[in-house]
Amino acid sequence: MKTYDAIVIGAGHNGLTNAAYLAKSGLNVVCIEKNDYIGGATVSRNLYKDWFYSNCSYVVSLLRPEIYRDLELARHGLQVTPYGGGTVFMENGDYLGSYPDPEVHWREYARFSRADADAYERYSADTMRQCRFIREFLLRTPPDPASFKPRDLRELAYLGAKFFDMGEQRMYDTIRFWTMSVAEYLDEYFETDVIKCALSGSGIIGTALGIHSPGTAYVLLHHYMGEVDGNMGAWGFARGGTGAVAQALAKSFRSYGGELRTEAGVEQILVKNGKVQGVALSSGEEINAKVVVSNMDVKNTFLRCMDKNDLTEEFYNRVKNFKIRGSSGKVNIALGGMPTFPALPKDSPLLDGDMHFIDSMERMERAYDDWKEGTWSKDPYVDMTIPTVSDPTMAPPGKHFVSCFVQYCPAQIEGRDWTEEERQQFGQTVIDQIGEYSPDFKSLIEHVEIRTPAVIEDEIGITEGNIFHGELTMDQLLFNRPIPGYAQYRGPVGGLYMCGSSTHPGGGIMAAPGCNAAREILFDLRRPDITPVNFGDD
Amino acid sequence: MSKTEVQLDRRKSPFYPRQAELDRLNQWHEWKGYRSADGFWEMDLEYFAQRNSAGVFDLTPMTKYRITGPDALDYLNRLVTRDMTKIKPGRVAYAVWCDDEGQVIDDGTIFHLNEGEYRLCSQERHMSWLQAAAIGMDVRIIDETEDICGLAVQGPTSFSILKNMGLHGVETLKPFDLMALNFHGAELMISRTGFTGDLGYELWISPDSALHLWDTLFEAGKLHHIRAIGTHALELARIEAGFIAAYIDFLPANVTVRSGRSRSPLELGLGWLVDFEKPNFNGRRALIEEKKRGSTWRLVKLDIEGNKEAHHSYIYDNKKGGENIGFITSAAWSPVCKQNIALGTVRTPHGKVGDKLYVEIYYQLEMHWSRVMAQATVVSKPFWDPPRKRVTPPASN
Repeated sequence: MKTYDAIVIGAGHNGLTNAAYLAKSGLNVVCIEKNDYIGGATVSRNLYKDWFYSNCSYVVSLLRPEIYRDLELARHGLQVTPYGGGTVFMENGDYLGSYPDPEVHWREYARFSRADADAYERYSADTMRQCRFIREFLLRTPPDPASFKPRDLRELAYLGAKFFDMGEQRMYDTIRFWTMSVAEYLDEYFETDVIKCALSGSGIIGTALGIHSPGTAYVLLHHYMGEVDGNMGAWGFARGGTGAVAQALAKSFRSYGGELRTEAGVEQILVKNGKVQGVALSSGEEINAKVVVSNMDVKNTFLRCMDKNDLTEEFYNRVKNFKIRGSSGKVNIALGGMPTFPALPKDSPLLDGDMHFIDSMERMERAYDDWKEGTWSKDPYVDMTIPTVSDPTMAPPGKHFVSCFVQYCPAQIEGRDWTEEERQQFGQTVIDQIGEYSPDFKSLIEHVEIRTPAVIEDEIGITEGNIFHGELTMDQLLFNRPIPGYAQYRGPVGGLYMCGSSTHPGGGIMAAPGCNAAREILFDLRRPDITPVNFGDD
Repeated sequence: MSKTEVQLDRRKSPFYPRQAELDRLNQWHEWKGYRSADGFWEMDLEYFAQRNSAGVFDLTPMTKYRITGPDALDYLNRLVTRDMTKIKPGRVAYAVWCDDEGQVIDDGTIFHLNEGEYRLCSQERHMSWLQAAAIGMDVRIIDETEDICGLAVQGPTSFSILKNMGLHGVETLKPFDLMALNFHGAELMISRTGFTGDLGYELWISPDSALHLWDTLFEAGKLHHIRAIGTHALELARIEAGFIAAYIDFLPANVTVRSGRSRSPLELGLGWLVDFEKPNFNGRRALIEEKKRGSTWRLVKLDIEGNKEAHHSYIYDNKKGGENIGFITSAAWSPVCKQNIALGTVRTPHGKVGDKLYVEIYYQLEMHWSRVMAQATVVSKPFWDPPRKRVTPPASN
């Protein structure tokens, strides 16, 4: 039986980040992965001919630049390229563009409303202010408000200071912001339906809520905070697909002497006398370590991989009630050529950006109605990107890979499992919607991969395929994430830690949970803190 | 009698008609009398084209001299500090040349086109110096700046594009190799060189064929994400590659007024270009003396903590400050390295590889100014140094 200082379960981007920091600190670390490939949902796979599919995550925006730099991901082959703009195609044949150049962006909004074009600056500043507040805490362990430990008191004071620093009016705004719906938030700035619709999508992505549901304004931040090259709010593609992030992290981990094992799924986390002993693999093999870190979501970690007797009733129930609801799916498509979009001018730079085919707040909300009724949206919110417009490595020259993030898509159909036919219909719904705006799209299709939450759960393991390992609503954020009293990455038994997106600050290819968990583990092991400090925004 | 007048407005490169078509920004600057673009469509994305696919930069304003004659090799060997006898035909050499005091006049590339036939390519103009240096030699020096135009094609798909153009033999070009071939009746010279520190090539042709070259290149690159780029994008790539630029990281000695403001090759980190074993060359005696006595300055590549760009910063040897030991000459946040990088010049003995220095950075956010003393580590390698730049034949993407 092999013994390590630490075992990290799951080679997703957070598991690899955590493992890299532990190994960098000098620990003997093994990272184990159930699949025969690494990355978890941070993956790009060769599923058809010469195409590489980023078949789960598809863009990079939140990856902490501090970690990127600290773990030398550039040297290990990661290249993130920004992409510009976006389009909402409208039913009346027009479109709304979003451009990186602020003046062009103003002109485009002014085509619909001068007031909205002017309001965009104020909207950006207000949203940025909220981003700044949250951003400060991304690379910090959330304080426990019920604790009197000096560390917690210090962190609470820090949080309080940052909060009060905003000023009275802004403090009210912040509390409102955290609890209001994205629709209400946008109503405070804009009058044009399609503009509100374009901006509202970021409030619901990965969340089983509608644009009118309270709490969705906050989700907006997770899509606004993105930071490619210090430009907040900018999004990017990893060269070679998001899997390149995991590959670079794995190289970094190995460079510190870490060991990576694939096809090593965990059956059970072994506990004795309230202390973790190691893990038992599905193969029957046991691996020993005094520290076990789980990159799995909390439900997988505690409900599936632990003996219920090792957990308290209350903890168990809290985990059971943690919201990780399947709300989105993926349709990944190989195209034989670049599709045309007759609504757009020739050579429009918008072809480089993301595309959406839903143009009103009503359609957005109706899409959610379908989900509530237990089925996929018949007129879905699709976030479509064509990374091969700028990435020469993911498809042969002239061919394209199309990633469609699709919301809403439930984990089950009316309380039962999906049928194969329904899965195909779900894919067709998306393709039909795109086809309405691109007449040659369908004829260019060479291969399609349709992923419902169930497919993603089966393959990657994430409960209900939820992209954030649990929804980003106020009851599940900061010191409440994943569970009050357990927000500092430590599990309920000694030596057990959590480092996945179920923990603060949540999902997206951010790597902050993995890094923060490493900080706590090193603290417990009385080793120097080698995790990076926030670059800061002042 | 008819009156003559020189051209008063800025020259247009032979590629200008195509650049004008692509231009969406209307941002131009002057470069050696030419109208040169800051950028064409989106400067950040132009930068990334060089790192992700292929960026095309117009090199036409570079100064170019044709150097021929029986003594061409001896002449160049006396002019520059490196040993030119080692540069065979079909090779390109990066070189610097100095005045008698061993101070750098300029750097540039020397293309050994055919036996005894060279092209010297530099940022600045040097006819006066080149002629003076030719005393007693049988060489012909012709300024061919306006007779040859050039495009740099840089980035990971650059090889695929040239192959797609039907340029046979390009797959055999190693870094610093050159070849000439017939391009629809015109001579096209291709060198595997560039200013980006990445896989890339430079194409040189007579102005008559410029537009034909441009069109063929862009047609071949259509499916390989080819993009025209401006100076802004190149400048960032240049710093990432750790290359120095005249008037930025050093001042040509022949135009320097104040003493102590010029630099020797040893002070610019170019000691590897100085060959004391070869016969006499300009500046040799002074450089031998400097080698013995020790240099005053040292060029440093700095990896700076944080993300505030260190433009115009003073450099210190401790966090408290005190007397500065030098200053930053080029600074950037490197998008591809995700690193805060800079080139600087410091007084010796400071600035050895691995030294931890401090950089005083002033930055402005929402009107207010702030100051930070950021730790900066002296590094030896280029900041951006991808393996693909060395592979032959190169990968397709």
